[in-house]
Amino acid sequence: MSILEVQGLSKNYRQTSGESTAAIGNITCQVEAGEFVSFVGPSGCGKTTLLMSIAGLLTPSAGRVIVHNKEVSGPPPNLVLLFQEYNKSLFAWRSVLGNVRFGLEARGNRSANAAKKAQMLIELVGLGGFENHYPWELSGGMQQRVAIARALAYEPELLLMDEPFGSLDALTRLELEDSLLALWSELKTTIVFITHDIEEAIYLSSRIWVLSRRPSEIIDEIRISFPRPRNQVSTRAEARFMEIRNDIYRKIRN
Amino acid sequence: MNALKRFNGSGWLSFGLLLLLWEFGSRAAPKLQLYLPPPSQVLAALGRSAVSGPMVAHLSVTVGRFLDGYFLSAMIGVTLGIVLGYFRFLHNLFETLIEFLRPMPSVAIIPVAILMLGIGDSMIVAVTVYATVWPILINTIDGVRHIDDVLIQTGRTFRLPQWKILWRVILPAASPYIVTGLRIGLSIALILVTTAEMVAGSKGLGFFILDEERSMNSGNMYAGIFLVAVLGYTLNRLFLLVEAKAMKWRHGMMARQTA
Repeated sequence: MSILEVQGLSKNYRQTSGESTAAIGNITCQVEAGEFVSFVGPSGCGKTTLLMSIAGLLTPSAGRVIVHNKEVSGPPPNLVLLFQEYNKSLFAWRSVLGNVRFGLEARGNRSANAAKKAQMLIELVGLGGFENHYPWELSGGMQQRVAIARALAYEPELLLMDEPFGSLDALTRLELEDSLLALWSELKTTIVFITHDIEEAIYLSSRIWVLSRRPSEIIDEIRISFPRPRNQVSTRAEARFMEIRNDIYRKIRN
Repeated sequence: MNALKRFNGSGWLSFGLLLLLWEFGSRAAPKLQLYLPPPSQVLAALGRSAVSGPMVAHLSVTVGRFLDGYFLSAMIGVTLGIVLGYFRFLHNLFETLIEFLRPMPSVAIIPVAILMLGIGDSMIVAVTVYATVWPILINTIDGVRHIDDVLIQTGRTFRLPQWKILWRVILPAASPYIVTGLRIGLSIALILVTTAEMVAGSKGLGFFILDEERSMNSGNMYAGIFLVAVLGYTLNRLFLLVEAKAMKWRHGMMARQTA
């Protein structure tokens, strides 16, 4: 059953000069429940616009987005968008626990077990012991973990991630990729991931859509069948991994 | 935070020395004492008046008006500021009016208030609110404007209804600016209460100070001034105390950034 359908989506922006520029050309795709899919494309290709439209935070110029058989006309239920800028997206006035509890509160869960559940999620993303810290007391990677825990607290069936690890250092990034895969296989959440890092997309996903430059369109769909759990050393060392990487790179360049 | 904990020894010393200088200067020139009685006499007058009663009554009247005016201003200023800061079209609608009224010295509306409300508590509170709302309003609008769009979109993706976004995301995110407005408003409210009491009052410290001056009772006059000063100082300290607690997250963040 497809959890998400994008049909002929396009988005134009009106510039201050009055001209309209197309960010997204014409995108059609389907995501099945439980999948981990990625969009890869050059920076500035309208990836964020695409994700914002799916999240119901932007109104597309044409086409439509269907989540759970319902056309999106505002943020749909059971879906959360996770932003790249964790430092802007986290609530600076709430502790780690408070931020995670926000996800539960937004669901209407203010019961006694909410605290327990938040605690469990904090442990799950590896932040046990930091419950009472404020976001600014944590490193970038830890902050993004808080944002992930907050999103998961909302129990979304569909989690959209907009270059979530884009501003982290390389090592932290690998660590978070593995954490995310572990969470995904445990919680069975469908994940739509956006990145400009080709290798990250290959490592994480079951399916990749390659996007062209602006106005972006899907130029290729690639199934990734490396066995799971994947391994930062051995998976990336496979010859097929490099082949796919080079293939995608060439397609984006042309 | 630090300003609260630190005891500024040299500051208090110079303050004490100034009082001493005044004391001896005044004693050395008895002719001046009508205008500038020594602090010891002012304190004695304060003591007498406190015991016999009228000053305490005036003080409590002033404090009451101040609290009414201040909290009303805070409620109006913050609420209006959040709404105007968030909804751009509303701000455009009222911007000219705000920019026209705001620079006007607020005391200029005292005659209008007297005309409409007569001489009494409601007039004084109304004038105070009018003046105090501005810094709170402007700072709140500013604070809301400075909020990053990502934060608002975060509220939206969690499907918070509009009013909850205002209440649970915008309000706390703008709170550092709001606090600045509230702190400026604190001293403005006290200025306006005393001024309005001087112009049209039969009670309150403002009235008391002017009344004693007219009776050539400068000891009592200075006692009244001293009391207003202590009131302002106390209110400011209380404010800092509450702020340090409520904005603990912010202070740590700022300390980290400047470290």
